[in-house]
Amino acid sequence: MKTEYKIIVDLIEENTRVLDVGCDDGTLMESLKKNKNIDARGIEISKDKVQTCVSKGLTVIEGNAELDLKQFPNDSFDYVVLGQTLQAFVNPEIVIKELLRVGKKAIITIPNFGHWKVRINLLIKGTMPITESLPNDWYNTPNIHMCTIKDFVKFSKIINFKIFKSLALTNKNISNINNSNLFYKNLFAELGIFLIEK
Amino acid sequence: MNIKENIKTLVIKKRLKLDCGKTINNFPLAYETYGSLNKNKDNAILVFHALTGDQFVTGINPVTKKDGWWSYAVGPNKSIDTNKYFVICANVIGGCMGSFGPSHKNPDTNKIYGTDFPVITINDMVNAQVNLLDHFDIKKLFSIVGGSMGGMQVLQFISNFPDKASTVVPIACTSSHSAQNIAFNELGRQAIASDHNWSDGKYLSNNTLPDKGLSVARMAAHITYLSKKGLQEKFGRKLQERDALKFGFDADFQIESYLRYQGSVFVDRFDANSYLYITRAMDYFDLVKQFDGNLSNAFKKTKAKFFVISFTSDWLYPTQENKDIVIALNAIGADVGFVEIKSDKGHDSFLLDVPDFLKTLKNFLDKSYSER
Repeated sequence: MKTEYKIIVDLIEENTRVLDVGCDDGTLMESLKKNKNIDARGIEISKDKVQTCVSKGLTVIEGNAELDLKQFPNDSFDYVVLGQTLQAFVNPEIVIKELLRVGKKAIITIPNFGHWKVRINLLIKGTMPITESLPNDWYNTPNIHMCTIKDFVKFSKIINFKIFKSLALTNKNISNINNSNLFYKNLFAELGIFLIEK
Repeated sequence: MNIKENIKTLVIKKRLKLDCGKTINNFPLAYETYGSLNKNKDNAILVFHALTGDQFVTGINPVTKKDGWWSYAVGPNKSIDTNKYFVICANVIGGCMGSFGPSHKNPDTNKIYGTDFPVITINDMVNAQVNLLDHFDIKKLFSIVGGSMGGMQVLQFISNFPDKASTVVPIACTSSHSAQNIAFNELGRQAIASDHNWSDGKYLSNNTLPDKGLSVARMAAHITYLSKKGLQEKFGRKLQERDALKFGFDADFQIESYLRYQGSVFVDRFDANSYLYITRAMDYFDLVKQFDGNLSNAFKKTKAKFFVISFTSDWLYPTQENKDIVIALNAIGADVGFVEIKSDKGHDSFLLDVPDFLKTLKNFLDKSYSER
């Protein structure tokens, strides 16, 4: 299982209710069910992946987070997970607000656009960056709102949510992000993982 | 019809108060079963049929001698695996395959009911069928499954009997019949009523049949079960056994011939008055209104696991109407999965060979069964 998923599983308390938004093939949900006795639900936009999840016995609805989070009542989940898809939404602000309405807490992971490889790509080559975590060309990428770890921290102040825990994933190593190391983490981390609250 | 005498029938001795206010008792409920009930009696699936279906879900229908209406989905190793599950299906009351319906004789008058038969509802249908559980001594069904009107019965059943099923699979259906649905049904009913032979529903006493009317009703309805794309691909403007247009009103086009054929075979197996009664039951179905405008309340008492399935090209019971059920369930934190299956085959997709659908249904049932 991806290191990212292991970190998310560790962040989630046992016996809680979790909604995985963009649950993909259900790998994270399965692990949550198995290891933490989680009542897990998923939303997934791809029909094929929904069918994969169903074959694993997972409760998943086919849908789009921007349209379908609306149907869940306030605080209906202990955690809502959004893995590496915030940058693909038309309005990330509305999505974050919806995540924090539906869930008491949210876990958001973002591919870090501040990573040095991304910066060098643009600086030296002068073309839109293509890296392992951002494999698409500018014309076919689903990512329309890329941000850096620093941007996300700033965003928390702008739209007013609390970052309860922030972690950086660098070469499969996990570390804490704080004010004093933000510059370095923003340069070296491939992924930022944030546990947030209203 | 002597064949119909061999149909399995349960005589319901309990009094059943219908929504129309009348009470019926000692009435027949015809049913069929497939597979076998296990020792714990926890492998039973109650399948509900659609408007023109019957209890003969799979195998050869002994009356029509054709494949059962859900042969693609139900059978050994199929989506609803009869090696594993005990499948029960009853003919709805109001129907014409042995259950209490308008072609039966009224014991008080010794005349065939015809339109004197009480108007029945989806609620009445499931209240009649729940008696099958007592008959087989089943405390809780593993699943209830049905498409179209069968899906409506699924929703009504779990709402009436929240503890009587562990999993619930409404397919290509709605919680409330739309104006468009009612309009198409009314077209069918008017086609029957305009047939002179219908004689205000007394045709069986007169030894006539409103074949023309019933056949037109079927033709119109059949169009609503298919998609525009499906029709275009299958028929296009292809001509029927001729090289050029004949400048007349015979079936020049293959689609005309196809519809005429569908109409003509339908009248051999279906009763016109049953068609009136069952379409009426569908039109009266409004689970939202039954729960004062809040569909979620219909499902508040159940802990069952739901799985809702719709089809991309179904314009009769479109995805949004199926999704409304999902939304109502999510609003109360119910356990609900949902998928819209890609298919060009229209509303009929659930009856046909649509591999993604058949696979998904099987996966959901088998996985839920192994985790029960």
